[in-house]
Amino acid sequence: MPEKLIFEKSVPGRRAVVFPELDVPALDLDSLIPKELQRKEPAKLPEVSENEVVRHFTRLSQMNFGVDTGFYPLGSCTMKYNPKINEETSRLPGFARLHPYQPEDTVQGALQLMYETTVDLSEIAGMDFGTLQPAAGAHGELTGMMIIRAYHQSRGDVKRTKVIVPDSAHGTNPATAALCGFKIVEIKSMPNGEVDVEALRKAVDDETAGLMLTNPNTVGVFDPNIQEIARIVHDAGGLLYYDGANMNAIMGYARPGDMGFDVIHFNLHKTFSTPHGGGGPGACYVGVKDFLVPFLPKPVVQFDEDQNRYYLDYDRPQSIGRVKAFYGNFGVVVKTYTYLRAMGGEGLKRASGNAVLNANYLLSLLKDHYHVAFDRTCMHEFIITPKNLKDTGVRTLDIAKRLLDYGYHPPTIYFPLIVDEAMMIEPTETETKETLDSFAEAMINIAKEARENPELVTGAPRKTIVGRLDEVRAARQPNLRYTE
Amino acid sequence: MNYVPHTEQDQQAMLKSVGKNSIEELYHDIPADLKLKRDLQVSGGLSEIELRRLLKGLADKNQHLDECGSFLGAGAYDHYIPAFIDQLLLRSEFYTAYTPYQPEISQGTLQNIYEYQTMICELTGMDVSNASMYDGASALAEAAVMACEQTRRKEFVISDAVHPEYRETVQTYTESQNLTGKPVAFKDGVTDLEQVKALVNDKTAAVIVQYPNFFGNIEDLKGLAEIAHAQKALLVVAVADPVSLGILESPGALGADIVVGEGQSFGNPVSFGGPHIGFFAAREKYVRRMPGRIVGATVDSNGQRAFVLTLQAREQHIRREKATSNICSNQALNALAVNMALSAIGKQGLQEMARQCLQKAHYAFNRLTALPGVEAAFPGKPFFKEFVIKLPQDPERVNEALFKEKIIPGLPLKRFYPELGNALLVCVTELRTKAEIDLLAERLGGLK
Repeated sequence: MPEKLIFEKSVPGRRAVVFPELDVPALDLDSLIPKELQRKEPAKLPEVSENEVVRHFTRLSQMNFGVDTGFYPLGSCTMKYNPKINEETSRLPGFARLHPYQPEDTVQGALQLMYETTVDLSEIAGMDFGTLQPAAGAHGELTGMMIIRAYHQSRGDVKRTKVIVPDSAHGTNPATAALCGFKIVEIKSMPNGEVDVEALRKAVDDETAGLMLTNPNTVGVFDPNIQEIARIVHDAGGLLYYDGANMNAIMGYARPGDMGFDVIHFNLHKTFSTPHGGGGPGACYVGVKDFLVPFLPKPVVQFDEDQNRYYLDYDRPQSIGRVKAFYGNFGVVVKTYTYLRAMGGEGLKRASGNAVLNANYLLSLLKDHYHVAFDRTCMHEFIITPKNLKDTGVRTLDIAKRLLDYGYHPPTIYFPLIVDEAMMIEPTETETKETLDSFAEAMINIAKEARENPELVTGAPRKTIVGRLDEVRAARQPNLRYTE
Repeated sequence: MNYVPHTEQDQQAMLKSVGKNSIEELYHDIPADLKLKRDLQVSGGLSEIELRRLLKGLADKNQHLDECGSFLGAGAYDHYIPAFIDQLLLRSEFYTAYTPYQPEISQGTLQNIYEYQTMICELTGMDVSNASMYDGASALAEAAVMACEQTRRKEFVISDAVHPEYRETVQTYTESQNLTGKPVAFKDGVTDLEQVKALVNDKTAAVIVQYPNFFGNIEDLKGLAEIAHAQKALLVVAVADPVSLGILESPGALGADIVVGEGQSFGNPVSFGGPHIGFFAAREKYVRRMPGRIVGATVDSNGQRAFVLTLQAREQHIRREKATSNICSNQALNALAVNMALSAIGKQGLQEMARQCLQKAHYAFNRLTALPGVEAAFPGKPFFKEFVIKLPQDPERVNEALFKEKIIPGLPLKRFYPELGNALLVCVTELRTKAEIDLLAERLGGLK
């Protein structure tokens, strides 16, 4: 049964929350707020009891699938286990109940936590310093590209208006560069998933501001030509931006800073275990090499060794400015810090190694049953397609929907755009061998169903709370809010 | 701690299936000279017992709002959060879910967003809302960009009475697109309409103000809308304190075209400035230029109502460099807290909450301005729950002295507005008691 909207449960006069009696003398409202500025119609918020509110949201939660519900092999999203201790530590009143404008002396623990997190993430990235101000990965990209823009401008190098983006990139890369006022130059990938070095060589010139790259890339391949790529871009006077969406593959094995990247972002809600929350809040680290530190957003968290005191440094004349109010998604950063201290350097390397092992193991189980887009050792994710099932009429979308009936979240589908009918699978390191075996079994079964009884697949899902949705109707006749 | 489940035996079996002898071999694509040949210098490997101790130790180095009477506001507000909210936010089907790209198993997240969008529209008087933005400041920045795109103009006018950190964020976003913000001064604590009139012309994309403004004062939105609309510019309104909309006329009813703001006040802790939640709402005709995710109602294959992400042709994963914004992850779980809080507070509750803030703030204002040497910075101007007073001493010193007594009197404005001298921005929510306000007045009056 679908759940009614909370508005449809409303009964005039019903209440959940009550406030204490007003303990100051009440003045005449009209003497405080002129009549014409007073609200004529109260906002039509629900009128429901607390029990109803609690049941409503409990039911909504039951209509959702999360990492704690089951296996979530969503490529490029790193849906690893979200440790519960992180939820506890981030809720400590000494963190959750801090006002951002409290005097610095009263928030030394919070500033220390931010400083140490920045230093540790810089070590993992191979960068010199960074910021935690951006609220999510795309926000970090924006920050990073603004830093690149500010750097070129500070040198009077104003004609650098182009940013090179491979066609396998996340959509946020070109969207970000455009939002920073850059023109996008797209370069094609090689059939094996690597950057076409010759195409890159032709694409760079004295108008190149930089290259945005994910490595391992979005097809799950570590680009072995990365040093050559860096050299080409640097020789042309451009900078290298690293999209850290896939960092979960290489922690402790290799560092983007050592590969030649100048600016990098990490999605703390991917690699560093903080939950996705159904679409946020995320959090983000942007790291830079020394020569770009002056351009970081302000304020920057610093440590004064002489006074043994942490502080917020606002005196940064070359800073790009702010990308949001206050200091970032601090509550999420507390979760990241907890995770870093749980894992340590050795634990992080073990996480990456096993993420790559899990991906390759799952690939080994599936490769005889699906078409493998890039048949080579993968990193933390890989791409398969139903090309081998083409004559059955079963498409990637159908397989994804059929997986719902088996109790799994589907892989990322139809991305990257360079692979037709892509299914991008990222198991992460926190899944057991048994889980991977069961998932592979389900996938193999679906391939069999496609051949023997394709309607079973194309008519899926059947066991979910709602069937396939009419997305065309949603877009053509937008109904974006409830009205009575 | 170790969240990797594999035994030695598991690893061996898996490596065998892959045809490798070690995990190291899986990394053969990484050139040898790029491989890190030392351990990462990240301390850790702690058990849960040690983690609790470590984090508690760091938290204890801070002094939090339960340990003092705080009159700090300025965009981050200490309001009542009903007890059930955090318990339900910890339903892991909510917080361990990804973006609802698979609607059949994400109806909980999707229906929540639809309800949230409805509430934001109700509060702001707008027709459409998106699923959320990072925070109020970045939402305002995106609104400035959107207004310029919509009107195909490259200038906008922005009031100095907008939150200084919002203005800085707008500056960062718009500067890189060669859009120009022209500042407008405030007069007696509100945006100077004469100056707005002088600055707005046929090149102006938008007039941007905050309501109530950074000083807590209530702007003349109607007057501003007339000036903006006369030149076919949009009125963009930022609401950092949406509790005020329990009493104040909605920006939509006064002529606003885009209303953005900060939803933290509803169900979300101040959390040292984040995660908070930006909201973004507009008139219907602008919906296809809006940034971010939007949820719509539709039907499923059985004809029953269901919810889905829609109008995605605006977004980065479809449109790439032609997208209206690059935003992807937003603040979905914070939006859920907003929905929960507004459901529980309800229609009458919001009016009562706003009334209590208003009355307590005015009680505090009257007590404080009665002290010798303390003056209202903007006498006679209507305000909601924040107001500015001028002190006879340096407010930083006052804060230091009173903090010893566990009182934070407010935000000294010198850092943002040196021209205001010894000004202090005081915020009073429904959580502050008469006793706390009296104590503040008493101690402030007792300072030499």
